[in-house]
Amino acid sequence: MPVKVRIPTPLRKLTNEAELVEVAVGTIGSAIGELQAKYPGIKERLVDDSGGVRRFVNVYVNEEDIRFLENLDTKLKDGDEVSIIPAIAGG
Amino acid sequence: MWRYRELLPVAGEPTVGRQVGFTPLVKADRLAKRLGIRELWIKNDAVNYPTLSFKDRVVSVALSRSKELGFKTVACASTGNLANSVAAQAASAGLEAYVFIPADLEQGKVLNSLVYGANVIGIKGHYDEVNRLCAEIAGKYGWAFVNVNMRPYYAEGSKSMGYEIAEQLGWRAPQHTVIPMASGSLLTKIHKSYQEFAKLGLISESRWRIHGAQATGCSPISVAQKAGLDFFKPVKPNTIAKSLAIGTPADGFYSLRVMKETGGHADDVTDDEIREGIKLLAECEGIFAETAGGVTVGVAKKLIAAGKIPAGDSAVLCITGNGLKTLDAVVGHCGETREIKPSLREFEALLDSDFKLAARS
Repeated sequence: MPVKVRIPTPLRKLTNEAELVEVAVGTIGSAIGELQAKYPGIKERLVDDSGGVRRFVNVYVNEEDIRFLENLDTKLKDGDEVSIIPAIAGG
Repeated sequence: MWRYRELLPVAGEPTVGRQVGFTPLVKADRLAKRLGIRELWIKNDAVNYPTLSFKDRVVSVALSRSKELGFKTVACASTGNLANSVAAQAASAGLEAYVFIPADLEQGKVLNSLVYGANVIGIKGHYDEVNRLCAEIAGKYGWAFVNVNMRPYYAEGSKSMGYEIAEQLGWRAPQHTVIPMASGSLLTKIHKSYQEFAKLGLISESRWRIHGAQATGCSPISVAQKAGLDFFKPVKPNTIAKSLAIGTPADGFYSLRVMKETGGHADDVTDDEIREGIKLLAECEGIFAETAGGVTVGVAKKLIAAGKIPAGDSAVLCITGNGLKTLDAVVGHCGETREIKPSLREFEALLDSDFKLAARS
């Protein structure tokens, strides 16, 4: 069973409006690489020039923020669910 | 607050919450003395209309704009006060409301949403998880989430608190403003309100210092400020100041920038210091603030003691919510009622022992 990635509304133009896409097991970093290969342009929306996740993008693995895990090195195993959420909300 | 309509993002006349705002700015001489500062003012949004917190301001703008845009259902992710205001103002505007809150909120804040007939959804998790879920729901349903898809309008509503402070001081910006930080949005918007007034020529000051207050149990922004960083590390909140319990503050980055640009500081206080701050404000000024108010008073005390707010200066403390909503936090910490029979003899005995105690001390 592959890893599911939930795509937020603002990025769905890049995924042909797909809300849920699949990537192979690996890490968050490899998943972003795979997304970029399938949906060119998505990587620069998620990662800044220094290679880290952008300040206004939150990434979760099974509802846990990857900043509490191992950031881009966070492991992804079969059946995991990744959520990408723009950090524009709250208060 | 709608006297400043031209500076708020609605197209026509406001239709929701026309009576919100213009809360008292109280000269707090007794508290000033206790904190050791020359002049102190309390901007008291604990008595805002209709739901007793500064959130009435932002919701008034967000719902007026939502109606202009044709939304029928409004919603929010909230630590409590926002949910209360969305529930109340949606009811008065005839809008359907869904409010999402952490399931473990204070009873007062839960009831204050339910009573208006809103759909109150308790999420088993902390605010950051509520927020994440709401971002996902907002992407799926055509609702006006006041602090997700309507957030740019909502956030501007906070400026009205700063406009009022400046007007009530006699059209001047205070030297120091101490503001509680959850997402950090209020802090950045109060700064923006002074900037706009300066630009419009309504005030002549070009310098003011903006200080931020957090609870030690959820202090990502103040920890970063004290370390001199321009970014923060998210935390898992654990504090009685539930209204400020946002571990991943959306405007944390901007708050740090405002404090840096204005020469302001941040600090944080423990749960005990929060209760002490609530009592200090109540005993000195007769104002009962919620936990966030205890945070603001406690942090102001620390900043003054450390000389970061000089003792010879003047400061405004922003009190954003009402103590009646967070009774759980202070129950058992404010002393106890003394019970007697309806007998003059018993009352005089009680008074007599008080006098003896007073004489001894």
